[in-house]
Amino acid sequence: MAFSAMKEKYRNKVGTVVLGATKEDGGTRGYTITVGGESTLPFLHFEGDIPNRPVVALEVWDVAPTDWHECFAPYYGDVFGNAAMWAKKCVEEFGADLIILRLKGADPDIADASVEDCVKVVKDVLAAVPCPLVVLGCGKVEKDNEILPAVAEATSGEGLLLGLAEQENYKSLTAACMVHNHNLIAGSPIDINICKQLNILITEMNLPSNRIIIDPTTAALGYGLEYGYSIMERARMGALQGDNMLAMPIIGNVGNEVWRTKEANISTADAPAWGEQENRSILWEATTATALLQAGMNIVILRHPKAVTLVKQNIEELMVPANFDE
Amino acid sequence: MFIIGERINGMFKDIAQAIRDEDPRAVQEWARRQDVSGARYLDINTGPAAKDQVRVMRWLVEVAQEASDLPLCLDSTNYDAIEAGLEVCKRPAMINSVPAEWPKMERVFTMAAKYDAAVIGLAMNEQGIPKDADTRVALAMELVAAADSYGIPMENLYIDPLVLPCNVGQDHGPEVMLTLRQVKLLADPSPRTVVGLSNISQGTKNRELLNRTFAAMGIANGLDAAVGDACNEELMATIATARVIMNLDIYCDSYVDIYKKQK
Repeated sequence: MAFSAMKEKYRNKVGTVVLGATKEDGGTRGYTITVGGESTLPFLHFEGDIPNRPVVALEVWDVAPTDWHECFAPYYGDVFGNAAMWAKKCVEEFGADLIILRLKGADPDIADASVEDCVKVVKDVLAAVPCPLVVLGCGKVEKDNEILPAVAEATSGEGLLLGLAEQENYKSLTAACMVHNHNLIAGSPIDINICKQLNILITEMNLPSNRIIIDPTTAALGYGLEYGYSIMERARMGALQGDNMLAMPIIGNVGNEVWRTKEANISTADAPAWGEQENRSILWEATTATALLQAGMNIVILRHPKAVTLVKQNIEELMVPANFDE
Repeated sequence: MFIIGERINGMFKDIAQAIRDEDPRAVQEWARRQDVSGARYLDINTGPAAKDQVRVMRWLVEVAQEASDLPLCLDSTNYDAIEAGLEVCKRPAMINSVPAEWPKMERVFTMAAKYDAAVIGLAMNEQGIPKDADTRVALAMELVAAADSYGIPMENLYIDPLVLPCNVGQDHGPEVMLTLRQVKLLADPSPRTVVGLSNISQGTKNRELLNRTFAAMGIANGLDAAVGDACNEELMATIATARVIMNLDIYCDSYVDIYKKQK
């Protein structure tokens, strides 16, 4: 007898967000990327539609990172300090679907880059790569409220994804995204209630929900991955069951979290039983990312080029529907 | 749980007047008000006074749909009137209601299949409203079996255990709660449940308090829908709160407001 799979019927689906804008839509991107739209839990192709595959982004900084592990030097050493070339390399050589530009240099304690410097580096990266661009601030609220609205204005119409809007600080960035046709990352600290509330607050400012990506905060394997996972899973279930204020696509800062762990960084000599450091770190990044894909993550941010290859391969395999008849 | 807004009913004076004058304004005003207040369906009832039930039902459906995109719950014992309404409904509607009796079930489930409509099935038959939960559940099972035989999916069957006013049939209260729980065990996926919320308080002096307390208790026992007053803010806030407590909606600070906006 043929196997008949039990299927769950959901009332709702995850919203879609289009990243980037081509010339016809008022931007300069060579292509756009659409994320979200799934009407079932991750990769259950037999049950619903998964119209858009998850995408992988690589992280680029406006300044040369001083605290990145030395194993990155062979890949990025020649482009550190030149964000445009760095981005180009990530897209052309390492297969990144899109670029996350982190304006770390704006941090008053790092390089205290000016608004003009930040705008220039964003424009340089836009000119160097055809892909949609994510721009993150330096993480210091006061400075980010200066630089991000200026970046939004200078790149009006590009359909950037800008972050981070948080519960205590979302208004100026939301307004900038509204006026200049960008998308917004709504970040919450592993808290489903705040995640939902922030989406309500942002949509009450009239930014449409199809311009919001949520960052529920993730943690690396071994450092609370399961907390982030369960929040994402709960948001996805809520979305499918009809909660539109949790139905936005999800982004996760995997690379940043993984490279804070001891397991990624400790040298082969210091931990010989754990295997060779670079392989170990690549696997730590890829394992964290692929676990979170199963929770419903739509945009995965990575650091190591070889982790990109592994995660993209996993996505390709997961996007092929299983055939129960064979 | 969601509310099927009860206000477009010929039993209310302004609606009865609107029907007599063929003036859509009161109907449309209530359609809009219930919609923004958080109703998920609009009940449409011609009331007993309307002479031509078929014509009035069709008219009410048409004018209500001009004012609101909510699906409609066609409420009549006259099945010709319901069919006339179904013919002009733009969205899949709900039929309110059918008892566990032949040939009524044949007529209603045939219509439901034809128009992709949901059905409210009453846990009663020719012998009237049962006194205990067991008999109510047995009648619910007859409705489940009949609906299934016409290909009606269980998520489109709403079992009404039938609520009596608490100053008339106080002993029915716990039987209704027990029925709500047991109906969920009749099929997998399970049928849904509905009540006429204001029945519990007919003829009492604390109507709103009884209604919203009953709503909260119903939700705790698996109630999915109720015909009620969507414009009563305390009722809607109580429902939103009970849904959060039962983990049906994810909490956030604006959970009451957002419940009203969920469609």
